[in-house]
Amino acid sequence: MAKQSLGEKFADISEKTKSSQAWNSIFRPGSIFRKGYSDSPRNRSYVVMNSLIYHLHPVKVKRHAVKVSYTLCLGGLSFFLFILLTVTGIFLMFFYRPTAAQAWDDIYTLQTSVTFGLLVRNMHRWAAHLMVLSVFLHMARVFYHGAYKAPREFNWVIGVILLTLTLLLSFTGYLLPWDQLALWAVTVGTNMMGYTPVFGDQVRFVLLGGAEIGTDTLLRWYVLHVLMLPFVAVIFMAIHFWRVRKDGGISGPL
Amino acid sequence: MAEIPEHLLKRAQEAKARATTGGDSSPTEATASESKIPEELLNRTAAAGSQPSAVATKDASEEITSPQPPPASATGPAGHTQRLLAVVKSGSIQDVKLKPVDKVHVWPHLLVVEFVAALAVTAFCVVFSIFVNAPLLELANFNQTPNPSKAPWYFLGLQELLTMFHPMVAGVTIPGLALFLLILAPYIDKNPSNKPEDRKFAISLMTVHLMFWAVLVMIGSFFRGPGFNFIFPWADGLFFEL
Repeated sequence: MAKQSLGEKFADISEKTKSSQAWNSIFRPGSIFRKGYSDSPRNRSYVVMNSLIYHLHPVKVKRHAVKVSYTLCLGGLSFFLFILLTVTGIFLMFFYRPTAAQAWDDIYTLQTSVTFGLLVRNMHRWAAHLMVLSVFLHMARVFYHGAYKAPREFNWVIGVILLTLTLLLSFTGYLLPWDQLALWAVTVGTNMMGYTPVFGDQVRFVLLGGAEIGTDTLLRWYVLHVLMLPFVAVIFMAIHFWRVRKDGGISGPL
Repeated sequence: MAEIPEHLLKRAQEAKARATTGGDSSPTEATASESKIPEELLNRTAAAGSQPSAVATKDASEEITSPQPPPASATGPAGHTQRLLAVVKSGSIQDVKLKPVDKVHVWPHLLVVEFVAALAVTAFCVVFSIFVNAPLLELANFNQTPNPSKAPWYFLGLQELLTMFHPMVAGVTIPGLALFLLILAPYIDKNPSNKPEDRKFAISLMTVHLMFWAVLVMIGSFFRGPGFNFIFPWADGLFFEL
């Protein structure tokens, strides 16, 4: 028997799979997709039109919008990292109590005796840094393409707000492990904000929930990190995505 | 004067020649013989319209033939009653058809790309998290200030500015102003073009600022040691935690 090429092998396997009983029982018309799915321009349109995707994408986009080298997927990846951070963050919330007496121990226990605890915490940390980076790069990409110009000016404003929210989300999360790194990084950061003219002390007091960093600060930043800032960010993201579509999709090529 | 294309000149000359030789043939006859309307229909129309429209056709033919002896003042050099002023191309006055845009279906073209990108990032995060652990130093201790104390990396540019300016300028004024100008960027930059060659100033300004910022962050991250003094990471070690 002649030696098969990789492509032929793949085609062979895919044909065998598709003719198998298991495949046909799952993908027979009316099983998962009630009317089956056949590839036609009409069905391609329906996939978008009849699903949640229609909130994010139109049925058709200009060809250049699909080119990865144009957008580098940065906006979409920022959003995806936000989702990834939400998922891993919810997992972490099950094992964490935001008090000065328990926070560090909870993280330590999470790392040492919770299944996948260490992995999920690592993922949360690295995805957070990655998100700050991707949001930054997304902003640079939009600037260099001149994509903030009319009619997209206001969406740029929302984008800058989202960038600020991303930094705040990352910064509030920085305190939560309640280790030396967290405590002193936040001390440096909040001392800086204390120099706000006129009402610097008040700003610092509101941020820290007291005159010094303590257990009240931890609770305050925890609520900001897991509830308030994500809530605000989601609202601004909704407006951002909506405006992307209303302002004519991804801006044209240079 | 606009140049008249050769084929139009030729056509005009042919028409002139035809007018001088066969001028007696009426124009209605010519159109009837040239048109592609079936004969039976033409016959029917002729039969139906013979009585009432006879006057009208007569009038029309009179109208057409009447200017044949034109007033001397209205004719051109060769007896023309009309002349070509300019040739206007069809698309130049109105554009009826929408220009076709090259578009592709979001499913599967865009969604597949997005899915693969998301998958790649997830894979990267998982693999990176398997091999590199997030830092967890010892329990927070108010009585022991680590040396150096550093902010998260994205604020290290600001912390670097602290070494040069008063804290109010470095911590509030400069970042506040930067954010404010960033928000106002589309309202300041009124240049409608998005081509790089048309916006050299905007691009160079942004690049200078981004580079400036990146350099500050890198100095703050890697070139600052105990006491936030300047060090070389290859000589004195790395004082940086993510």
